[in-house]
Amino acid sequence: MVSANNDFTYNSKIEGDVIVTKADAVVNWIRSHSMWPMPMGLACCAIELMASGAARHDISRFGAEVMRFSPRQSDVMIVSGTVTYKMATAVRRIYDQMAAPKWVIAMGACASSGGMYRSYSVLQGVDRIVPVDVYVSGCPPRPEALLDAIIKLQGKVAKEPALGKLFKA
Amino acid sequence: MTAVDVVSLLGGRFPRVSPRASADFPAINVSAEDLPAVMRVLRDECGYDLLTDVSGVDWGMDAEPRFGVIYHLHSIAGNAYLRVATLCSVGEPPSVPSMVSLWPSADWHERETYDFFGIRFEGHPDLRRILMWDGYPHFPLRKEFPLAGVETVLPDEEVAAETGVKVQPAPMAGGPFVAPQEDTVREREPRAKDESWNERRPKPEN
Ligand code: SF4
Repeated sequence: MVSANNDFTYNSKIEGDVIVTKADAVVNWIRSHSMWPMPMGLACCAIELMASGAARHDISRFGAEVMRFSPRQSDVMIVSGTVTYKMATAVRRIYDQMAAPKWVIAMGACASSGGMYRSYSVLQGVDRIVPVDVYVSGCPPRPEALLDAIIKLQGKVAKEPALGKLFKA
Repeated sequence: MTAVDVVSLLGGRFPRVSPRASADFPAINVSAEDLPAVMRVLRDECGYDLLTDVSGVDWGMDAEPRFGVIYHLHSIAGNAYLRVATLCSVGEPPSVPSMVSLWPSADWHERETYDFFGIRFEGHPDLRRILMWDGYPHFPLRKEFPLAGVETVLPDEEVAAETGVKVQPAPMAGGPFVAPQEDTVREREPRAKDESWNERRPKPEN
């Protein structure tokens, strides 16, 4: 016979142990382990970005394999490649369209500083138009370096005051 | 058809066509007025059915006419290349007739040449910039354009208002990475060839 459960409070006989934690820790744990990248692949570095998604490097070990090609569904923009002035406005626009909270990884020498392109057409570092959280060195960086950047970013996200920021903005 | 044949065939009909010194392929000089007719003969009678490249040349600030256009033609059946050089009409903007009606592949090539040299291709169906953004006020491959670029406003006003950033010239110290090909490898380190102005020595007012 099924009896109605009339307990409205916590019943330790049924539900077991309780873990007490801080809301920030929970929110940050969820955020840092479900990073959905916006693959802003602009040049050669984008090939390495693709490689990091392939089976050998397997970015999904870090919960970041869901490459969203829609800015509304992604929260970390991986700028991989040379940002030209013509493309810069599109990069900024896509960044603006991403839902907050959002982070940016500048992947490779070009995205970080303009790289070897000291020329009229190349933005000398994507940090001139979007705030960058992690810079990855290399030309191109190996996929391991990108995975390292994602782990670094996870570490950074884990330390953010999540709830305080949530209600401030 | 060999190069000599092309020159003798064209020379008979177009007296202003002359052979041009060249290290690799045969080449001819054509005046801008003759260009459409000469090109049509080359395509229809000499078998040059593929236009592989169009590029502009800036012969220097004092040259008159200053700009030229070079076409590279290829004959698929004859496996032969031909280079056709012409000088643009004097004036601003300099101009040459467009080749899009003969070879559709000229479309993007001519747009690119326009983008970088400001050469107008008369009769081009869609002469817009292709690599630089619309409204960019300069032509980067002209000789007076500094390698590092010049300060401009960012193309998108909305983005510029948000970021407060202008299109700043690229820093020059240690760059651009032009390696002179003389000396030993050790001597050929990347270095600045154009150090006429950089972030330490600002551009002189003139
Ligand atoms: S950093 Fe190197 S590999 Fe990456 S986009 Fe620039 S030139 Fe290409």
